[in-house]
Amino acid sequence: MTSLAMPILAPAAADGEYLMRDTTSHPPALAPGYKTSVLRSPRNALISIPQTLSEVTAPVFSADELGALDGDLIRNYAKTGMPIGERTIVHGFVRDQLGRPVKNALVEVWQANASGRYRHKKDQYLGALDPNFGGCGRVLTDEHGHYVFRTIKPGPYPWRNRINDWRPAHIHFGLSGNGWAQRLITQMYFEGDPLMATCPIIRTIPDEEQIRGLIAHLDMGATVPLDSRAFRFDIVLRGQRATWFENTLQGEAR
Amino acid sequence: MIPLLRETASQTAGPYVHIGLAPKAAGFDIFENNFGHVLATPETQGERITIEGRVFDGSDTLVRDVLLEIWQANAVGRYAHAADRQPGKQVDPSFRGWGRACTDFETGVWSFETVKPGVVAGRGGVPMAPHVNLWIVARGINVGLNTRLYFDDEAQANAADPVLNLIEWEERRKTLIARREQRGGNAVYKFDIRLQGEGETVFFDV
Repeated sequence: MTSLAMPILAPAAADGEYLMRDTTSHPPALAPGYKTSVLRSPRNALISIPQTLSEVTAPVFSADELGALDGDLIRNYAKTGMPIGERTIVHGFVRDQLGRPVKNALVEVWQANASGRYRHKKDQYLGALDPNFGGCGRVLTDEHGHYVFRTIKPGPYPWRNRINDWRPAHIHFGLSGNGWAQRLITQMYFEGDPLMATCPIIRTIPDEEQIRGLIAHLDMGATVPLDSRAFRFDIVLRGQRATWFENTLQGEAR
Repeated sequence: MIPLLRETASQTAGPYVHIGLAPKAAGFDIFENNFGHVLATPETQGERITIEGRVFDGSDTLVRDVLLEIWQANAVGRYAHAADRQPGKQVDPSFRGWGRACTDFETGVWSFETVKPGVVAGRGGVPMAPHVNLWIVARGINVGLNTRLYFDDEAQANAADPVLNLIEWEERRKTLIARREQRGGNAVYKFDIRLQGEGETVFFDV
């Protein structure tokens, strides 16, 4: 919520480099409480490279690539009726670290159904599949950086890590902004979920403020009466500098 | 000090990343238009190539639930993005330069069908050898890993590449060089990724 209150007036135009990634905002690669990270984390330091065109450009997506129902998880896999569970709208703003809206960002989401079961051939959980729920969607942000999709609130589920670990209800988010350096995958949680306190995946993040940033808040102002509750989840991608006094990225050396 | 917003914390893509980013791989069909591993269309200009490889963990075990994306310039070395203003290089309208692939759940092999990229101007106009940018996410990877693929038949350009030359350990530069093979009439570049341990791939903080 801190991001909402921040009064930042950034210059509108920028197509320069992205601000250095603040690694203290993220989990380390090796986080032993999340056991799978032990053998999948590089042991060498990442090699920091000055950005080039390869990092400040990124694929551009257009609305005609998406289907009309891609952002409506209640209807996009409905076969015989509506999926079971709590009808839920999720919305928010995607901005960069200087507070600018990230327009036309591709927001891709995926989640378990109300039983905590994923429609995935590798998910063996006892929770029932819902014949009318696929569990994925995608939208583009508008000119204000705003996105919205509609879904069924996911259920919590157990997973193999320690003997009795449970994931809090969550929605996975993939974000593709203006630059390759902004690419991000994260997870959104629901305020008040007691499972967040012990979740080994949340606990990979060493910073409580950053964990709070992943919690969506009930947004009564955006609910649809007699229909759906709404949750607000704002996302911040890496900030982009303006290119005053320089043409380093692709020009002649100064 | 003027405050900056903090970037939203990364979280692992998890074991079911395919549902959201590649639902057909998860075992179902939901979107009319799927983002996939074929970048080159019949109209695309340039040499057709296949890029393929596997991913290994720190115990040398195949990792079979990875999702990879690539981002590359077209055959003349131009990115399909407004920030690329290199003079004299045109966008190819039939090539976006972006693709997404999953490792096969059985064989662990991933692949892309694309064209070989051209030379792109680096910082200060210093040319960068042809390369493909890769981004790797999976269960157990807390922050997506960035790396680059270079081509073994570009030895001269690679030797002068300003990014490869930033890697202090010459031996480690080799982890970014794909090997060209001929398969039937097709050029295939093999590129295995090692997340940890001996021969660990160089990953970048970009």
